[in-house]
Amino acid sequence: MSTTERARGNAAIAAALSERAGPESAAFLPYYPIGYPDYATSLEVIANLSELGVDGFEIGMPFSDPLADGPVIQQATGQALANGVSVADCIEAVATLRRRGVLQPMLLMGYLNPILAYGPAQFVTDAAEAGADGLIVPDLPPEERGILADPCAATDLGLVAFITPNLGEARIRVVAQGATAFLYVVSVTGVTGARDDLPAALPGFLQGVRDITDKPLVVGFGISRPVHARKVSRFADGYIVGSALVREAEKGIASVRALADSLRRAGRGESID
Amino acid sequence: MTTDSHGWKNLPDSRGYFGEYGGSFVPETLVPALEELRSAYATARNDPAFQRRLRTQLADYCGRPTPLTEAENLSRALGGARIFLKREDLAHTGAHKINNAMGQGLLAHRMGKQRIIAETGAGQHGVATATVAALLGLKCRIYMGTVDMKRQQTNVFRMRLLGAEVVPVDSGSRTLKDAINEAIRDWVTNVEDTFYLLGSVLGPHPYPMMVRDFQRIIGEEAREQMMTRIGRLPDTCIACVGGGSNAIGLFYAFLDDPVELVGVEAGGRSISSGAHAARFADPARGRPGVLHGTRSYVLQDEDGQILDTHSISAGLDYASIGPEHANLRMLERVRYTTATDDEALDAFRRLSEMEGILPALESAHAVSEAIRRAPGGNTDEVLLINLSGRGDKDLDTVMAEMGEQP
Repeated sequence: MSTTERARGNAAIAAALSERAGPESAAFLPYYPIGYPDYATSLEVIANLSELGVDGFEIGMPFSDPLADGPVIQQATGQALANGVSVADCIEAVATLRRRGVLQPMLLMGYLNPILAYGPAQFVTDAAEAGADGLIVPDLPPEERGILADPCAATDLGLVAFITPNLGEARIRVVAQGATAFLYVVSVTGVTGARDDLPAALPGFLQGVRDITDKPLVVGFGISRPVHARKVSRFADGYIVGSALVREAEKGIASVRALADSLRRAGRGESID
Repeated sequence: MTTDSHGWKNLPDSRGYFGEYGGSFVPETLVPALEELRSAYATARNDPAFQRRLRTQLADYCGRPTPLTEAENLSRALGGARIFLKREDLAHTGAHKINNAMGQGLLAHRMGKQRIIAETGAGQHGVATATVAALLGLKCRIYMGTVDMKRQQTNVFRMRLLGAEVVPVDSGSRTLKDAINEAIRDWVTNVEDTFYLLGSVLGPHPYPMMVRDFQRIIGEEAREQMMTRIGRLPDTCIACVGGGSNAIGLFYAFLDDPVELVGVEAGGRSISSGAHAARFADPARGRPGVLHGTRSYVLQDEDGQILDTHSISAGLDYASIGPEHANLRMLERVRYTTATDDEALDAFRRLSEMEGILPALESAHAVSEAIRRAPGGNTDEVLLINLSGRGDKDLDTVMAEMGEQP
């Protein structure tokens, strides 16, 4: 047990997002799915990224019908399912990673149906006990948050909400109101996956969101290169990279680690090679 | 028998719920699109000009009203109840799907959307959508699982002839479920200019309500035709249930009447084999859950992963069922039963031989239920079947099953 006293839940996430290296620095939260390419390797990847000093994790739980995900994550989580990875395995993975000394905040990301099948309240209890700090559920809109919001409040687990570029001011207000942890700002209308460039309108859009809410803003979807991380760190509190890391994992742990390191350094204003 | 005061007809509520079922479980990107759709549909629904245009198209283009045919030979052979068929197979493009495709197509046109996307299982909804897109001059893309493309090749060719782009979906079980996933991903990406023309009483609010409204005409016509023909209502209405749009379309007009309503799910090889698409008949696998934006009964494993389904008919081969059906079942207003692949094939053969009507394999499930019931009834008893589509599209499947060479 190497775990020293660690902040938990919303407090842990808030601390990770506020401890920034400088004015042009943002927290790096890699996404990685449990069970890809296999259970043991996925934990190994996350432990490696933890050693690098990333600021937190979005831990993917597989679902048979991931309709917000592009081909790379579909394929990876499909393989995780074929490997027999269950919701309970994902919770257990968090507990194992904590035992192995991972201190950064971990948010479990998954679709609603497996959580409903597990039992929403039980899921939140078990996730919190394992050491998870928050949840990201892309098919749970604000109108249905009650399913998870109450148990999350009881355990102080963060429950992230999504802001997308096509939302108007009134809707952003509604989404922001109930959200805890942070607002996940989706950079584009679309599914997850690497893209060549960030949308030019993104900085302006984030500024607009900041005028409406003071919740932390973490940008995701389409961020794949250090130059993206550099750009986004100037106006966001954090950034998430998923597909690019998962794709890199095909080449082995050293490759994911190298890409994550350059993404992390770029987001702290360090030089990009 | 149950009558009125249940408020069946006032559902869903403003959040899209039919009792405990329904709702709108979608990624945030789709929320503004669904709000736009709800608002546009609410306006169109109460706009006499829109309703007039729809009625005109349904009559002059789609061939409504469809006939009501008494299956006298079949009734005689079974030696019991009288059997009537609501002939949706005679609607343009060969199934009830055109009613909804025309309604939503006109709505898309009115909303100024230039591009239509849709999923399809058997290909009937894809063909109907491609047809309406051709008529209205809209760009059209249809998502279809590769398993379904193989068993419905002629419909794939039909869609392409109609100018639609058919996109093969090779993920998951490569059937309807996966085609819907891909259509939703397209919609999330192209949400500004694209209209998702969903084909059944499924998906997030307002689709289950809107599709039902566009299909209600089946039951409204049939009810009137029965009154004209025999001066009374049928004792029983029977329809097959995949997503459940033809069934809701038939049942809705009879909800407040003393009429028994029966939905027939795909029993596949058998319930115990697990190779079926019967959400209600298999409590170990069919449980409430959320799939494709709506809460309803879903075939899933213990971990909440959606199970692969099986049916001889592509149109019934889906893991979930419309939320309104889940509610009508809970209220015990509609009874749900199953017919196996073999029973459907037998019904297909019998209706063809005795009545000169080739039913879609989907509709053959409903015919099978009538075949099961009719002998026990007396000659005063009246069964009304929704013959939701024609069987030409299924000839390859039926030939393979019968061991015939083309």
